[in-house]
Amino acid sequence: QAIVWDEYLTGPFGLIAQYSLLKEHEVEKMFTLKPGRLPQADVKNIIFFVRPKLELMDIITDNVLREDRGRSPQRDFHILFVPRRSLLCEQWLKEQGVLGSFIHREQYSLDLIPFDGDLLSMESESAFKECYLESDQTSLYHAAKGLMTLQALYGTIPQIFGKGECARHVANMMIRMKREFPGSQNSIFPVFDTLLLLDRNVDLLTPLATQLTYEGLIDEIYGIQNTYVKLPPEKFAPKKQGEGGKDLPTEPKKLQLNSAEELYAEIRDKNFNAVGSVLSKKAKIISAAFEERHHAKTVGEIKQFVSQLPHMQAARSSLANHTSIAELIKDITTSEDFFDNLTVEQEFMSGIDTDKVNNYIEDCIAQKHPLIKILRLVCLQSVCNSGLKQKVLDHYKREILQTYGYEHILTLNNLEKAGLLKPQTSGRNNYPTIRKTLRLWMDDVNEQNPNDISYVYSGYAPLSVRLAQLLARPGWRSIEEVLKMLPGPHFEERQQLPTGLQKKRQHGENRVTLVFFLGGVTYAEIAALRFLSQMEDGGTEYVIATTKLINGTSWIKSLMEKLEPAPF
Amino acid sequence: MSRARADEEEYWHSSKFRAFTFDDEDDELSQLKESKRAVNSLRDIVDDDDDDLERVSWSGEPVGSISWSIKETASSSTSSLEGRDSSLQKGSSSYAAFPKQVSSYSLSSLFKGELCLSLSALSDTGVKNYAPELRRPKADYKDYSSDWSPKDTVRRMQRGKVCSLERFRSLQDKLVLLDEAVAGHDGNVITAVLIFLKRTLKREILFRELEVRQVALCHLIHFLKETGEQKLLLDLLSFFSLSFQLSQYREHLNIQDVEKRREFLKGCIGLPFSAEDTSHIQDHYTLLERQIIIEANDRHLETAGQSEIFRKYPRKASILNMPLVTTLFYSCFYHYTEAEGTFSSPTNLKKTFKIPDKQYVLTALAARAKLRAWDDVDALFTTKNWLGYTKKKAPIGFHRVVEILQRNNAPVQVLQEYVRLVEDVETRLNLATKYKCHDVVIETYKDLKDRIQLTAYKCKVERGSAEEEKINSILNNMVRNAY
Repeated sequence: QAIVWDEYLTGPFGLIAQYSLLKEHEVEKMFTLKPGRLPQADVKNIIFFVRPKLELMDIITDNVLREDRGRSPQRDFHILFVPRRSLLCEQWLKEQGVLGSFIHREQYSLDLIPFDGDLLSMESESAFKECYLESDQTSLYHAAKGLMTLQALYGTIPQIFGKGECARHVANMMIRMKREFPGSQNSIFPVFDTLLLLDRNVDLLTPLATQLTYEGLIDEIYGIQNTYVKLPPEKFAPKKQGEGGKDLPTEPKKLQLNSAEELYAEIRDKNFNAVGSVLSKKAKIISAAFEERHHAKTVGEIKQFVSQLPHMQAARSSLANHTSIAELIKDITTSEDFFDNLTVEQEFMSGIDTDKVNNYIEDCIAQKHPLIKILRLVCLQSVCNSGLKQKVLDHYKREILQTYGYEHILTLNNLEKAGLLKPQTSGRNNYPTIRKTLRLWMDDVNEQNPNDISYVYSGYAPLSVRLAQLLARPGWRSIEEVLKMLPGPHFEERQQLPTGLQKKRQHGENRVTLVFFLGGVTYAEIAALRFLSQMEDGGTEYVIATTKLINGTSWIKSLMEKLEPAPF
Repeated sequence: MSRARADEEEYWHSSKFRAFTFDDEDDELSQLKESKRAVNSLRDIVDDDDDDLERVSWSGEPVGSISWSIKETASSSTSSLEGRDSSLQKGSSSYAAFPKQVSSYSLSSLFKGELCLSLSALSDTGVKNYAPELRRPKADYKDYSSDWSPKDTVRRMQRGKVCSLERFRSLQDKLVLLDEAVAGHDGNVITAVLIFLKRTLKREILFRELEVRQVALCHLIHFLKETGEQKLLLDLLSFFSLSFQLSQYREHLNIQDVEKRREFLKGCIGLPFSAEDTSHIQDHYTLLERQIIIEANDRHLETAGQSEIFRKYPRKASILNMPLVTTLFYSCFYHYTEAEGTFSSPTNLKKTFKIPDKQYVLTALAARAKLRAWDDVDALFTTKNWLGYTKKKAPIGFHRVVEILQRNNAPVQVLQEYVRLVEDVETRLNLATKYKCHDVVIETYKDLKDRIQLTAYKCKVERGSAEEEKINSILNNMVRNAY
C-alpha cells in the first residue's frame, strides 16, 4: 500500500510513527498530496491521510479523476480523515462524483499528540481563531474528547478547575460525555489529581511578549515545527582543513529538539543569558574527558575509555550544535533593534507610558518593519492598558492602514473581536491592579539561578502560570477579586471516585496537575511550569496539554485575514 | 524492547484478534440482529465498541523511537494495570482474552496502537475478508430501520457515523435537530445539519430561524464563504445587515479588475460602518481612484519615452493597489515638482489624505535621497521665519535624517551638514565618528574643550591631511589659552 499525505500532517505523525514502523505494516511508498496525476507505484491500495478541508478534497478529486482507469491491476482508494470524518467533505466528494471511488472512508482520531514527556498538543492551528472569531467550538469538542481518552488511560481526574468561557464549555462537555457514556466510569487509579482548564483569552498578554528562554527564543526567531527547527546552515559548516569555504551547505540545517537530548533538556528552559555559562562548562568537561586518553595506561583503562567514546561523541556533537544555535541567537539578541523592542515591551508590562502613542512603534511603522511585529507591540500596549484611549487607537490604526494598506482594516477588526486591540471602554485600567495582586512584574529577577517564574521573560511572570501557581497554593479563593476582573467565569467541578481509588497522600508526595491551555501555549509558559515542577518545596508537578504550541508571531498570524497575494 | 515488539507482531498477526478491524461492528451487529428490537439498549454497547476509547490497543511498548513515557506514572503502574484490564472487559466478552503484556505505558502507545489498527484494517487480508460491498447496505439498513431521536442522531454523527436526516420532516423536528447540534459544539455536525436545512427549508424561514441562533448563523456564513456560494452569502448578509459590512468589504480582494474593484469600493462607502471605518474605506476608494489616474498617465509617459525621469529610472511595478505611503513615495520620486493642483503631486496627496508631517517628511526624504537630489533634501528642512532668516528644522529629529541619508549613500559633505544639526552632543559625536565626519567630531571636541579625546582622535584621521592640521592648530591654541 501507499500513503498520500496531507503535508501538514506529516509533522505530527512523524512524532508518533516513523517510516520504519509504517514499513512493517506494508507501506511501500509515501507521497505528498498535490494536484495532478498520482505517481506510479506498484501498489494495490492508495490511502489518503488528510485533514477534513475542502481545498484538500479538490486535490484528491483531481488525483482520483486522473487515475488511469485502464491500468491493471486497478488501484483501490481509501481515505482516512484526521482527526475525524467530515460530512461536509464527503458531501463535497459526492458532488464531484468521486465518493464512490473510495472503498474505505474512516477517521483516525488524533486528539492529543505527545510532544515530550510532559507535553501534549492537539496541533490545531486555528483553535483560537475558530473559538473567538468564528464562534466555532469544534476544537473544544476535540479537546474534551481528548481529555476523555486521557482519562480512560490515566484514570478519572477528581478535581477540575477552570477559568474562561471556553474552559467552562469543555468542562460541561466532559461532564455530559461522562453521563451519556456510562462505560467511561473506569477503575483506574488516577494519575492526575487536578485538571486546570485555562482559556487563552484570560491571558492575552503572555504570548505577545518576546520569550527569553533558550527554547522560546529558538521558536521566536526560527519557529519550531513539531519539535523540529530549521536553521541557517552557515554556522554548521564542517570545520575541516582543506575544504574551507568550498562546500558551504546551502540547505537549512534541520534539528530535532526534545528532552531525549541530555544537554537540551538541561538548557531548554533556562533564560538565554544563563545558557552561555552552561555551554562553556560542558565544553570544559568534555574536553577534559577526551584528555583522559593520555592518562590511560593499562589495557583496562583504555578499554574503559573506548567504551565511553560513543556517548562522549554524541555529547560533543550535541554541544557543537547548541553552541552554534546560541551564537545565531546571540547575534540577534545583541542587535540594537532587539534591545529597543524588548525595552518597549518591558515598559508596557511594568505599566510605563501605556496610555500614549509610543515613539518606537511609530518609528517602526515609518520604517515599514514587518506588520506582525507592529501588531504584537500595539496589542501588547492595548492589553497592558485594558484597552487604548480612543485617540491613541485611532492614531495607530491610521498609521498602519496608510503604511501597510487599507485592506488590513480586516485584520485590525479581527484583533478587536479577539479582544487584543480595543478602545478603553470602562474608562478604568485594571491592569495595574492585576499586575500588583498577581505580582506579574518582578524587578529583582535572577536569570542565572531563578527563584521565581518571572525569569522566563526577564521580569514578567506569565499570568497564566501565576494562576496555576496560586491555585496550588494558597488556592484561588485568595484572588477572587482579580479573577473577576479577568474575562470569563471561574469554576470548580468534582468527579466522584469509587472509595477504593481515592488517593491517600503519602508525606512528601507530589500532586500532579494537568494544565490544559485552550487556544495555545508558549514555550516560555511551559518552561515556567517546569520550573514550578522542579521547585523543592513546590509540592505540585505539572503536565501540560494544549490545542497548539504558539508564539506571538504565529498567533497573530493565525488571526490575520488571509489577503490575496499581490498580483505582481 | 525487541521482545515487546515481537509480542505485538504476534498479537496482530494471530487471527484470533482480527475482530479488531474496522468492520467488527458488522459482525457483532449480525449477531445482535435477531434480538435487536427487544434489547434496544444493547445498541449502545455496539456503538461503544467502535468508539476510540475502547478500540485502542495498549499492547506494550511502542515501536520506534518515541517512548517518552510519563515519569509520574511509574509509581502507580501496578495498581493501574489491573484497573485497565478490568475496564477492557466491560461491554463485550470478546475482550476478556486481551493479553496482559503491558509493561509500562506511554502516551505514544495510545496513538500508535490505533494507527496500527487502521493500517492493518486496510491491508489486503482485511479487505478481502470483509467485502466492502456487503457493508454499505447493512449500514444503510441500520439507518432507515431505526428512528433515532434528534439527540441520538447528533450523537451518532459526532462519532462519524452516517445518518440520514431526511426523516426529520417537520420544521419543529428540524429546529430541534439544529439546537441539539449546536449544543454539541461540534462544527462538523452543525454544518451537516445546516446543509440539510438549507436544502429543505425556504430561504426566508431559514434566515428567520437563524436570527435567534447566532452560533449556527456564524457556521453557515463560514460554510458559504468556504464553498464560494456568493449569491446566498450576500443574500444572507443583506438580510441581517448587522455587523457584516466588513465581510462584504472583504469581497473587493477577490476582484482582480481595478475598475470593477473601484466600483465595488464605491458601493462599500454607503454601508453603515462605524464613523472611523467609513473614513478609512472612503480613503481606500479615493486612493484607488487616484492610482488608476496616475497609472494611466505614467504608463503613457513611460512608453512615449520623453520624460527623463522615467527613462532614467524605469518603473519596477505598477502603483495600483499599493498602500498610501508607498504611493506617496512614488509621487515624491516621479512627480515631486508638480503643482498642488495635479492628482499626482505629493502635496495634493498629503492634503487629501491628511498625511501627518512626520510621515510626509520621512517619505519625501527617502525618495529625494534615493535620487540624490540633495537640494530638495535641503529645502525640506529649511524654514523661513517672518524676518527672512532661514532656519533648519526637522520634525523627525536630525539623527533620523542622517540615518536615512546614510542608507542612501549620501556623500560625507552632505551627511556632515546634518550630523552637525543633531542636538544631543553624545548622539552627534557617535554619528559623526561612525560616519567619519571628521570636521564635526573635531569641532564638537573643540567646543567641549576636550584635549584628551581630540589628541586621541588624531590617529583616526589621515596623516598629513587637512583634518590633522586642524586638530594640531586647535591643540596649539588650547595650550596657548591655557597659559
